[in-house]
Amino acid sequence: MILVLIETENGAASEISLETLAFARSLAAEGGGIAIRAVVVGAVENRDALAAELATHGAAEVHHAVGEAFTSYSGAAWAAALQAIRESTRSVVVTAPGSPRGNEVLAHLAARLDVPMAANATAFHGLAPFVVTRQVVGGAALEEMKLDQRPAIFTVAGHSWAVSPVEGASPAAWVEVAPEVAEADLVARVVSTGTKEVDHSDSLKSAKVVVGAGRGAGGPEGFGAVAELAELLGGAVGVSRVVTSLGWRPHHEQVGQTGSRISPDLYIPCGISGAIQHWAGCASSKTILAVNTDPEAPMMTKANYAVVGDMHEVLPAIIEELRSRGVSG
Amino acid sequence: MTNVLVCIKRVPDSSGEVLLTDDKQGVDGRYVGFTVSNHESCAVELAVQIAEATGGTVTLLTVGPSEATEQLRDTLALGCHAAVLVEAEPTRLGPADVAREIAHVVREKEAADTTYDLILLGNDAADSGDFQVGIRMAHALGRPVVNGVSTVEVADGNLTARGDGPDGEETYSLPLPAVATVLEGGVEPRYPTLRGRMAAKKVEIETRTLSAEPVGASRVQLLLPPPAPSTVEVLGEGPEAAGAVADLFAKLGVTR
Ligand SMILES: Cc1cc2nc3c(=O)[nH]c(=O)nc-3n(C[C@H](O)[C@H](O)[C@H](O)COP(=O)(O)OP(=O)(O)OC[C@H]3O[C@@H](n4cnc5c(N)ncnc54)[C@H](O)[C@@H]3O)c2cc1C
Repeated sequence: MILVLIETENGAASEISLETLAFARSLAAEGGGIAIRAVVVGAVENRDALAAELATHGAAEVHHAVGEAFTSYSGAAWAAALQAIRESTRSVVVTAPGSPRGNEVLAHLAARLDVPMAANATAFHGLAPFVVTRQVVGGAALEEMKLDQRPAIFTVAGHSWAVSPVEGASPAAWVEVAPEVAEADLVARVVSTGTKEVDHSDSLKSAKVVVGAGRGAGGPEGFGAVAELAELLGGAVGVSRVVTSLGWRPHHEQVGQTGSRISPDLYIPCGISGAIQHWAGCASSKTILAVNTDPEAPMMTKANYAVVGDMHEVLPAIIEELRSRGVSG
Repeated sequence: MTNVLVCIKRVPDSSGEVLLTDDKQGVDGRYVGFTVSNHESCAVELAVQIAEATGGTVTLLTVGPSEATEQLRDTLALGCHAAVLVEAEPTRLGPADVAREIAHVVREKEAADTTYDLILLGNDAADSGDFQVGIRMAHALGRPVVNGVSTVEVADGNLTARGDGPDGEETYSLPLPAVATVLEGGVEPRYPTLRGRMAAKKVEIETRTLSAEPVGASRVQLLLPPPAPSTVEVLGEGPEAAGAVADLFAKLGVTR
C-alpha cells in the first residue's frame, strides 16, 4: 500500500499533489499494482469533487483525518494523523509533495518512526533495493539514495513528474478517521494566518517574452532599459535571486528554482550568470538570447543566441534600433 | 536573558559550477570555496538580535570537519559568544546523525547547567537539502519545533515566529524552550566588524567527537544532471549587435 499526503488549494488538490500521485502510480505499477491511498487532513470544502479528482489521478481510497486538532496547522499533528493511517493501512511507502508542508510533515513522521526520509525525489530505480534519485545542492546535483527500511518515506520534487489523469477511474471510497493527537503535538500550531499576498507572478509565467536581469543590472536604478524593452516587446520582467535578495526588485519577479518557472517564446537574460538554480526556472523557454559581458558565463554557453557586452550599452541600442524600425510596444 | 543555540553547516558555495569528488560521495569544494548557507546566516542574525535585546548569549554548533572552524570563526565575528565543533567526516553523516549529535550536546550542556531556551537552524542545508535535522533533533529532545519561519521574537518565556504559509503569513506562538528552522528573507544578515573579528579570534572553540557511530545518509552516489545541448549563435559584441538582435526579434515574430 502506498500512502500519499495531499495538499489542497481552494478545495482542489494542488498541482504538486497530483504530480506526486503520478509518481506514486508509476511506483504502484512497478510493484505489480499496489493500491494507492490518499490522505487529506482537516477541513475539506467539497468532498465529492475532491474524491472524484483524486480517483482520476489514481487513488483507490481517500482517508480524511478530522477533529479539533486539525482546525489549524501543526506539522507534528499532521504527522500523528499520517502515522495512525499508515498503521491501519499497513502501508509500506509514504510519500508527499516536496513542498514546505510535505517535507515538514514527512520529516516529523520519519523522526517518529526512526527511518530515513528522502526529500525531493525526482525518479526511482526498481524496488529491490528501492533507490530514489533526489535533488541536492539546490538542484545542481542529484543523489541516488537507498530507502531499504519500511515504510519508505520520501517527498516528490515539483515539476519532476507530469500530471496524468486516468480515463474512467471508479470513484474513490471516502474513509473518515479521527486520529488521536497528543497535546505535545499541538504546542507548535498556527495561531493566526494573515491574508494571502496577491500573486503578481501570473503575468510573468504566461508572458510570451521575458526580459531578465541579474546582478549585472548593478542596482535598482539599472532596470530602466530592462523594463522599457519588456514593454516594447509586450513582455514581462524576470530577475535572478541576487536581485530579489538585494531588494532591487520584488520577489514575484524572480525566475528559478525558488521563483517562477517560465516558458516564454523568447527569454532575454541580461547580466545573469545562469546558475543552475536560475536555469531550472527558464530552461523551458523556446529561445534564449543572453546578454553578458562574460562570453564564458554558463547562460551564454547554454543560450541559443548571445550578445557579448555591457547590458547598459546593449539594451539602449536595441531599444533605439527597434524604435527606428517603428516598433512602439 | 535568552540563550540561543544556532546550528550551522559548512557547505560548498554552489552558485558557480558544481563538481563532485572522485568517489561521487560529496561536492568538491576545492575550486568553489565553502560558506554557511543563507538560511543559517539569517538564523544567526535573528539569534544575535534576540541575545542583544535580552542580554543573552549565542552559541554556535556545527557537526562537521575540522575545517568548519573557519565558518565558526567567521560567524563568531558577528556577535556570537561561544562555539562547539563536533568533529566528523561529513560524508559519513546523515540527517539522523546530525540531529542526534546536536541533541546529545544540548543534553550534556543542560546536565552541566547551561540551557538553550531557543535552538535555531536553517530550514534545509544548501548542499544535502534533507529538510529534517531540526525536526529530528526537536523530536529527540521532546521540544516543539516550528519550520520555515523568517522572523522570531522572544518575550516572557514565549516564542512568536512568523513565516509564509500556503494561505498567507502564518504566526506561531509557543512556550520556550523551543526549536525553529529559519528560511532566509526575514532579516538582512550583518557584516562582521573589526572588533567582532578580534573578539572571535579569542574564543576557544570547544571540540568534541561523535557520541555514537553514524547510521549514514543511505547515499549510493551523487550525479550531475546531463548538460543541456546548445548551439549558441553569437549575434555580435556591444551596441553594434542591435541590428542583428532586431532582425532576430522580427524572425521570431516578437515584434509587430
Ligand atoms: C537553494 C538555492 C536556491 C536558489 N534559487 C534561485 C532562484 O530561484 N533563482 C535564481 O536566479 N537564483 C537562485 N539561486 C541563486 C543562484 O545560485 C545564483 O546565485 C544566482 O542566480 C546568481 O544571480 P546572477 O546571475 O544575477 O548573479 P551573478 O552570479 O553574480 O552573475 C552576474 C552576471 O552578470 C554579468 N555581468 C556583470 N555586469 C554586467 C553588465 N554590466 N552587463 C552584462 N553582464 C554583466 C557577469 O558576467 C555575470 O555573468 C539559488 C541558490 C540556492 C543555493
